[in-house]
Amino acid sequence: MVIIGAGECGGRAALTLRDLGFEGPVALVGDEPHLPYERPPLSKEAMTSEAPLIKAIASDELLAERSIRHIHSVRAVAIDRIAHSVRLSDGSWLAYDKLLLATGSVPRKLPMPGLGGRCVYLRTFNDALAIRAHLSAGNRVAIIGGGFIGLELAASARKLGATVTVLEAQPRILMRGVPGEIAQIIHRAHEAEGVKVLTGQGITAIADDGAEVRITLADGQEIVADLAVIGIGAVPVTALAAEAGLAVDNGIAVDATLRTEDPDIFAAGDCCSFPLAIYGGRRVRLEAWRNAQQQGALAANNMLGANEAHAAVPWFWSDQYGLTLQIAGLSDEGRSTVRRDLDDGAFILFHLAGDGRLVAASGIGPGNAVARDIRLAEMLIAKRAAPAPEALGSQAVKLKSLLAA
Amino acid sequence: MNDWVEACAAADIDEEDVMRFDHAGRTYAIYRSPDDEYFATDGLCSHEKVHLADGLVMDDIIECPKHNGRFNYKTGDARGAPVCVNLKTYPVKVDAGKVLIQLG
Repeated sequence: MVIIGAGECGGRAALTLRDLGFEGPVALVGDEPHLPYERPPLSKEAMTSEAPLIKAIASDELLAERSIRHIHSVRAVAIDRIAHSVRLSDGSWLAYDKLLLATGSVPRKLPMPGLGGRCVYLRTFNDALAIRAHLSAGNRVAIIGGGFIGLELAASARKLGATVTVLEAQPRILMRGVPGEIAQIIHRAHEAEGVKVLTGQGITAIADDGAEVRITLADGQEIVADLAVIGIGAVPVTALAAEAGLAVDNGIAVDATLRTEDPDIFAAGDCCSFPLAIYGGRRVRLEAWRNAQQQGALAANNMLGANEAHAAVPWFWSDQYGLTLQIAGLSDEGRSTVRRDLDDGAFILFHLAGDGRLVAASGIGPGNAVARDIRLAEMLIAKRAAPAPEALGSQAVKLKSLLAA
Repeated sequence: MNDWVEACAAADIDEEDVMRFDHAGRTYAIYRSPDDEYFATDGLCSHEKVHLADGLVMDDIIECPKHNGRFNYKTGDARGAPVCVNLKTYPVKVDAGKVLIQLG
C-alpha cells in the first residue's frame, strides 16, 4: 500500500490500514520534513503559544511500531499505472498494489505582480513559523482575504498585539458557506478587538520593497504593512493524477467509495471531489480537517476491499477569540432558515430545503455552546429528517427528542 | 483522599446527559446513563483540553464537542480517532438524591 501525502488524511489512512489488520508493507510519502501533523492549530495555537509545537498525528515510535514507512521531504512525480509504480523526486520507484492520493490542497495564489518576500501564504508548519516571527506587538499585518484562515490569523495576530487590517474583495467576509447573520457577528467581534475590516474592495496594486508592503485598494486607499498574509482559498493538488490520465473535476474525481476510474487508485481529503448521496449525488470537494480524517480512514478500508460509500455529513468549525462557529451540512442547499437561540447569546440557524428536509445547521457562540446541538443536527441531516420548524426554533424542545421521532 | 464528595443532585442531570463538576482546582464530568446509572470521568478530553460536559452523550459514549473524539464514559476507554488516551474514571454513588464522587 502506498499513500502519497502525509497530512491528516494520509497519516490517518496509514494508521487505519494497520488498525484493520493489514500486515503488508505501508509507505507514507510526504513532501514536508515533519511527521504527519494536524493543520488546524497553525492559524491559532501555533501562532499564540509560547513555543510553536507541532501537533503530530503519530510519533516516530508509533510509526515504527506499526511498521509504517514514512518517506519524508520527497514528492511523488509520476504514476506508472501499468507497472503499478510511483516515481519519487529522489529518483526512486515505489511499487503499489493499491495507491492512495492524499495530496491535499495548496493556497490559491494571488495573481498580481509586485508580491515579494513579505507577502506570504499559510499552509504548512514552516509557513506558520515564518508568519509567527512577524506577529509581534506594534507590527502591522495585512490579511488579504476574509475567509477562515485569514480571520483566525487576524485573531491570533491581535492576541499578540499586532495592528491588523483584513481586506476582503467580496461585499462581506465569509461569503462562501457561512450565512450572513453569522458572518456579521464574526465581523463585529473582529472590530471589537481592534481589527480593521475592509470589505467590498478589490486590490489594484501591491508593492513589496522588502521592508514593507504597500497595498492599494480600488478606492485609492493605501494600506502599509510589515507583512501581508494571503488567504484567498485553496486549490486541490491534482497534477500527479491528471498526468497519469485520471479525471479531474474540481479535484481528483472519485466515486462514493473514493475510488478513481482506476480501480487500484483512490483519492481522499482536500484533493478529491466526490458525490454526496444526502444531496442527491452533488459533487463536492471539502477542505476540512474532519473530512480529511474520515476519508483517510474510509479510503484505507476500501483499499482493503470494503467498498463502503462515504456517507458523512460535511462538518467544520472555526475558533476566533472566544467564539466558536460550527457548521454541519451544506447551507446553500437550504431555501429557508429557522433560528434557535441558546444561552449566552449563542444561536443556531437551521437550513431547510423546499420540501422541509433539514439540510444544514450553522451555529455560533462562546466556547462550545453550539457543539452539542450542531452534532445532533448533523445526525438529523444524515437521517434526512424534516423536523417541524417550530420544534427546531424552540429551546424548550430537545433536539435529541427529534432524533428519536 | 478517599472521601466522597457531593457533586450535584441526582435530578440535576437528565437521563443520557452529562454535567460539569469543578472541585479543588480540577474539573470532572458526571454522567447519567439512559438506564439511570451515574458515572464520573476527568472533565477534559485527552486530545485537546476541552470540557467534555459540552459534548453529546449517546448510550454509553461521550463525544468531545470539539473534534468528536469518543470515549466510553463507563470505562474511560478511548473509542477512535483523534483520541487515543483513555479517560480516568471515578467511583460514583447516589445517596439520598445526591450524586457523590470518590476522588483520590
